[in-house]
Amino acid sequence: MERHITDFLYLISIVVFIFGMKGLSSPATARKGNLTAAAGMGLAILIALFSPAEGSFDNHIWIIAGMVVGSAIGLVSAKRVAMTKMPEMVSLFNGLGGATAMLIGFIELKNYQPAVISTVKSLLSNGEAASLMNGEVFSSIFALIIGAVSFSGSLIAWGKLNGSLRDNIKLPAPQIVNLVTLTAIIALSVMIMNGEEMNFALLLILTVLGLFYGVAFVSPIGGGDMPVVISLLNSFTGVGAAVAGLIYGNNIMIIGGILVGASGTILTVLMCEAMNRSLISVIVGGLGSSG
Amino acid sequence: MDVILNFIAENLPMITILTLATFVGIEIIAKVPTVLHTPLMSGSNAISGVVVIGAILLIRDAKPDEYLTLIIGFLGIALAMINVVGGFAVTNRMLEMFKKKKK
Repeated sequence: MERHITDFLYLISIVVFIFGMKGLSSPATARKGNLTAAAGMGLAILIALFSPAEGSFDNHIWIIAGMVVGSAIGLVSAKRVAMTKMPEMVSLFNGLGGATAMLIGFIELKNYQPAVISTVKSLLSNGEAASLMNGEVFSSIFALIIGAVSFSGSLIAWGKLNGSLRDNIKLPAPQIVNLVTLTAIIALSVMIMNGEEMNFALLLILTVLGLFYGVAFVSPIGGGDMPVVISLLNSFTGVGAAVAGLIYGNNIMIIGGILVGASGTILTVLMCEAMNRSLISVIVGGLGSSG
Repeated sequence: MDVILNFIAENLPMITILTLATFVGIEIIAKVPTVLHTPLMSGSNAISGVVVIGAILLIRDAKPDEYLTLIIGFLGIALAMINVVGGFAVTNRMLEMFKKKKK
């Protein structure tokens, strides 16, 4: 019963999000739309904080402390940043959201206890529960990887825009490096999911590979294309939030994340069109620049 | 194959929601004018900070002596809140400037 009330309240904040984004897409209502979306977020956070949860230890002090610290830093940096430095600020913020998805995935995987949970939740109906192959582990791995890529990629984009990184960092044979990294990420994920218990070493390597992939993906792309890349990484973070939501079966994370993921992807395409580029040429152009 | 079919069978409502939300996400911004690209990116970036909910749920479920989870969760909440609060505040500043320009 209480669970339904919680979900219904989440639904309200989802509707508020949608109105907010709708407002943001038209000049006359943009400011109001932004404030509407912020209100939706406030509501969602209040629900997450105070919704009744059985067997929960709450730990509200830790949560409030984190919120106060984060809000203060966010507010001060948003007020102080110069107008011309806005895009790199957005990139940095985006990276931090990605980092959170990464941390959630990491901790959920580290704490995962197959013996306890597989009997209840395993998707394997034939009793062969001696495997981590289930929805929760899959979602956690996905959140970890997408979050890591978004985090490190956004940091590289941030560095390029504020001039602390060179515009065109040339990795040797970037296509091959990217392909090998991606293959290794998939192989490791499959290895973890086929295991009988969580392998902490593999988990660490997977995280590092995810971070490296973000660097390898963004590094070769030129500074002029960074706004497009930031928009793309923004939609990554959205998808990361949605996948993290799948771990908890939490609708506001799933739908809010997918809204950002979908609209972010379309926005990326629109931005490319406005610059007379295609998304493929931005990504491949960067990758091909040394070869 | 069985795993996939089982997955679809057990998660059909979720798959439906994901599909429909994708279309909503595409539709609500399909006609955005070029001047609003950056503010919209910034605003939706703030919304992607909704991942903070996950960090809150993570901490709420942790035992009071699971310090690694609590500390990482604290870090996650702080980082995501920078994304949320900073994101909305920066977007608001961008749009303020936008309004002054129009006058």
